[in-house]
Amino acid sequence: MPAQTPSQTVGPYFAYALTPEPYGYPGIASNRLVDIGTPGERILLRGRVLDGAGEPVEDALLEIWQADASGRYPTEAPGEARGFRGFGRCGTDAEGRFSFETVKPGRVPGPDGKLQAPHIAVIVTARGLLNHLVTRIYFADEVAANASDPILALVPEDRRATLIARREDHPGGPVYRFDIHLQGEQETVFFDV
Amino acid sequence: MKPNLVYGARDWSSHPPLVFPAYRSTTTRGPKKPLVPIPQTLTELTAPVYGHDAIGPLDSDLTRNAAKNGEPLGERIIVAGRVLDEAGRPVPHTLIEIWQANAAGRYIHRRDQHHAPLDPNFHGAGRCLTDAEGRYRFVTIRPGPYPWQNHDNAWRPSHIHFSLFGHAFCTRLVTQMYFPGDPLLAHDPIFQSVPAFARDRLISRFSLELTEPGWATGYAFDIVLRGPRETPMENR
Ligand SMILES: [Fe+2]
Repeated sequence: MPAQTPSQTVGPYFAYALTPEPYGYPGIASNRLVDIGTPGERILLRGRVLDGAGEPVEDALLEIWQADASGRYPTEAPGEARGFRGFGRCGTDAEGRFSFETVKPGRVPGPDGKLQAPHIAVIVTARGLLNHLVTRIYFADEVAANASDPILALVPEDRRATLIARREDHPGGPVYRFDIHLQGEQETVFFDV
Repeated sequence: MKPNLVYGARDWSSHPPLVFPAYRSTTTRGPKKPLVPIPQTLTELTAPVYGHDAIGPLDSDLTRNAAKNGEPLGERIIVAGRVLDEAGRPVPHTLIEIWQANAAGRYIHRRDQHHAPLDPNFHGAGRCLTDAEGRYRFVTIRPGPYPWQNHDNAWRPSHIHFSLFGHAFCTRLVTQMYFPGDPLLAHDPIFQSVPAFARDRLISRFSLELTEPGWATGYAFDIVLRGPRETPMENR
């Protein structure tokens, strides 16, 4: 039986391949998941990636994967979902910042058939990460749904807050803030899944 | 996605640890709290789908996809292989992205300050989809080794970065392919972070079958992703 190919770091020099627009080449994804016609509540997701010393991680790559506003993944309805790919990529800047323009996802079924709270799956890779990390973004204004979410329930209670994006209402629309701490007191919960 | 399928676990015995002090930046970046195990849900069992519309005609030929007024300098090579799952089944129609330094060991990335020449005819990035049998093929230039700041006189062995999705968010893999017989492998903490028994899975194999007479030498590199398994009843 073949065995899994081991993971290696993405390194510091992925940008011209994975987020190549500034280099004049088209990428397969960007940090803008929506266009004019995308149904759902427009949101801006903003945050920073910080290391164990509290320093910004200036060369991380974030990838997000999410359902559309009605709770369907694009792969489930390939015909219908054209225009919403559900996948985005963003490299962090010198201050460790990232942002995504997207829609708030609907609820998707969980392992027991019950609905999960709205969430966005996140992969974090960077120089210094020998394996990619997997986490999720939940939404602070989904109190009831979060309370019954089967995945959040598996996270030690005192660490759940690391997975919940804070909502700020701005004239341009809602902004959700979500910082990722790779280490330290506030280390973000990363999943083995 | 068939709802009764899940994927086998990430085989942590084959992957590097999150903190590997010889690779210095892991010490402030690798998480130290235990990962929280969760079951795979629709979120982890689906993945973005990319078709042929995402791939340009020259995307898998790095000797041509950025050529301006000639061919890139260096040793022309073919890198090809299959993407398989742990049961040996092909992973068809899945996206592979690669990137690498040029023959002089220099990346086109804006932050790469290595004092080696850029090549006006080489960008160093490519992508392709595997075919129905999981096969892929790139034409490129053998990348040069390059120095880095990890420790005194540190050099990365020649390598090509690979990024794959597979058919589920949970089968994502980011890795690096190395070349056989490279003396720098013994001194590279990134390669050495992989447990010894699994390291050779990252080393390509010279292949006379892939080599094209009078044109380019060939290297074979197969990639194995986590494989789907039937869900045991108790987890349903
Ligand atoms: Fe590299």
